[in-house]
Amino acid sequence: MKNNNENSRRKFLDKGLKLGLATTIGAVGLTKLATKLTAQTDTQSGEKMELMTTDGTLIEVDSTEVIEVEHSPKDYNIREGMPNRKFVMVIDLAKCKNALKCQKSCNKSHYITGDNAWLKVYKMQESKETAPYWMPTTCQHCDQPACVTVCPVDATFKRKDGLVLIDNERCIGCRFCMAACPYSTRVFNWSEPDQGEITMTMDMEMDEPTHYSPEHAGLPSVKGTVDKCDFCPHAIKENELPHCVTACPNGVFYFGDQYEDTVTNGEETLRFRELLKNKSGYRLMEGLGTEPSVYYLPPVDRLVNFEDGLEEFTEFQSVEKTEESEKSE
Amino acid sequence: MKNYDKLLNDLAPTKFGKLGVIWTSSLIVIIIIGIIAYIDQLIKGQVVTNMRDYALWGIYISNFVFFVATSFVGSVVVAILRLTKNSWRTPLVRIAEIITFAAIAMAGITIMIDMARPDRLLNLFIYARLQSPITWDVIIIPTFLAISFLLLYFPLLPDLAILKSHFKEKQPTLSKWYGILSLNWTGSAAQKAIQSKSIHIIVLMILPVGLILQTIDAWLFSTTYRIGWDSTNFAPYFISGAFVAGVGALITVIYVVRRAKKLEDYITDFHFDKMGKLLVLACLVYLYFNINEYLIPLFTAKKGEMTHLDTLFSGHYAPLFWFVTIGGLIVPIIVLLSKKGRKPFPMFIIGLIVVVASWWKRYVIVTPTLLHPFLPIQGVPESWHHYFPSLHEWLITSATLAMALLIITVLVRFVPVIPIERTADEQEELKSNKNIES
Repeated sequence: MKNNNENSRRKFLDKGLKLGLATTIGAVGLTKLATKLTAQTDTQSGEKMELMTTDGTLIEVDSTEVIEVEHSPKDYNIREGMPNRKFVMVIDLAKCKNALKCQKSCNKSHYITGDNAWLKVYKMQESKETAPYWMPTTCQHCDQPACVTVCPVDATFKRKDGLVLIDNERCIGCRFCMAACPYSTRVFNWSEPDQGEITMTMDMEMDEPTHYSPEHAGLPSVKGTVDKCDFCPHAIKENELPHCVTACPNGVFYFGDQYEDTVTNGEETLRFRELLKNKSGYRLMEGLGTEPSVYYLPPVDRLVNFEDGLEEFTEFQSVEKTEESEKSE
Repeated sequence: MKNYDKLLNDLAPTKFGKLGVIWTSSLIVIIIIGIIAYIDQLIKGQVVTNMRDYALWGIYISNFVFFVATSFVGSVVVAILRLTKNSWRTPLVRIAEIITFAAIAMAGITIMIDMARPDRLLNLFIYARLQSPITWDVIIIPTFLAISFLLLYFPLLPDLAILKSHFKEKQPTLSKWYGILSLNWTGSAAQKAIQSKSIHIIVLMILPVGLILQTIDAWLFSTTYRIGWDSTNFAPYFISGAFVAGVGALITVIYVVRRAKKLEDYITDFHFDKMGKLLVLACLVYLYFNINEYLIPLFTAKKGEMTHLDTLFSGHYAPLFWFVTIGGLIVPIIVLLSKKGRKPFPMFIIGLIVVVASWWKRYVIVTPTLLHPFLPIQGVPESWHHYFPSLHEWLITSATLAMALLIITVLVRFVPVIPIERTADEQEELKSNKNIES
């Protein structure tokens, strides 16, 4: 009996408190709303802006009401990715003449010092009768990534924004992901990476994160773990394009967001779907079902000569050796 | 208590002779050199191997697959022959159990040698993801190791008790150890009932677990897109290959042990004849799956498959491929189909070739496929287009093989290689049968 009494009293107190709280919040909310409403009528500037809604109709809004939407929120789970985004790349093979600026820029920005670059420009020729062409490849950031499926420790992972990244502090170095990737995009740190200057940069640059993050692959590279192209989320966060896109003198690389349906090479911004439709975009090894995020436009109506690229082509090298590292070898 | 005098005289462990000492110490030297090489690999990284971004797996993996395959002998010879009540297995099972245990223990160690970050071994448990075939391996290898240990240990209990009393006066310390390990075995009816039931359960378990182990091993490769690995045929192909490797290893070891311990009265030509037939069966099954694996893709001749098969049939890997196919498969079938071929000595030679070919067979499965990726190999040093193991890899791999042989040697030294108690029981049975007949 006593217990029962106590219980009901407790319940009463509980309910009472909650009711009180709700009333207070409600009251505060109402006053706020009221002040806002009055304020709005007071401070209207009269200046109107024309905007388009998501369904395509034009509306007029008072200019004071327009607030810029924060597009790259800084805090999100690194394993989840940037919310409401889906990054894609389009590579126009008709424009590529193997200038290799993309590769050099990538090597520099990711401090690649090994023997195998993450961004390759392949000399391709399907058969004797067909025309040769240059084909840059990055990580394909597949939506059905074979590498992620086979990783035993979740060191390589797929994010909602489309990126496939590697946690070099978790990787056990079994190289199963490298065996699984049909695009041979993954690179292994067989020895201690020779990145001497990076650790210094990491200490000096205050705005860069001083601790390791999978969002800037190669900073630093870790011995006995796998590296690869990361689609440069560290640049995207700063509203910049990946290094290869900005470095390319021929506008080969277009980068963008599939949800926004736009891609840009820094000079021109195009509708993603329209571009693929008009120029017959395709993906590498579509038949495998890996669903890459990188699309290719076929090498037709070329503005450049294939032969021009042969000058830069090196069969056995993709990372330029600095004098220092050559000496140490 | 039965009279084991004659049996004990023949079968009880004896000290190493001169040859035994030389053999064992050479194994230890090889192991020490391998450990030094491994420490060097830990310090410098896997750059000391000749593996690179394209040939990303090398002999560490093919050696691992070889060990896993060899461990299948426990499932085949012990379990299948027991369940089918083939009594000729008696003098052979213990050696099969020893090989199984040594091989699976070394398989576990070998796969860790291939890991570039063994310091993060625990991540395999902390962050384990069930969808990865490596996690399946992490589960199945310790399971098989435990079962194969029990398969060796439980039938050993009566013999350990016999050895305890045998060495009581001559070597008290040794006798004490046998006593501890025999778990107070007295040979009572109750103990025997528990023992035989336990062995039966283990035997029933090692068959499916062995099959799963070989299957997962095959899936490590066939779950990728790579030409030469991406094959639905791979699991039975690996199982039958393991059948061959295991029986080959058994024949070789048995021949050596028989010579070294003078067991000609116990392991007779009859046993070799039986084992020879078993190996022919294994080789025929394996040949069938080889035809599926290498000849059927030839029919449609897809471009990728053709590039791969060309390197095997007539290209860079042709000498090795034909050695493992003809030496390790065709020749054993031809020789062992004749009764003369199933005599101990020719069987030993064939067994040895089968074991060596089995080892290289795994190399031929692992390496060529990796060197023919979908996109061309460009922009990497010329040496990355090929693979042949480095000195470090050879030293470390030799050490793992020596370690397996050392485990076998030590067990053969201290454990009766032919079950004393069971042989006595069978001899008694035979006698009483004769008495009844006469």
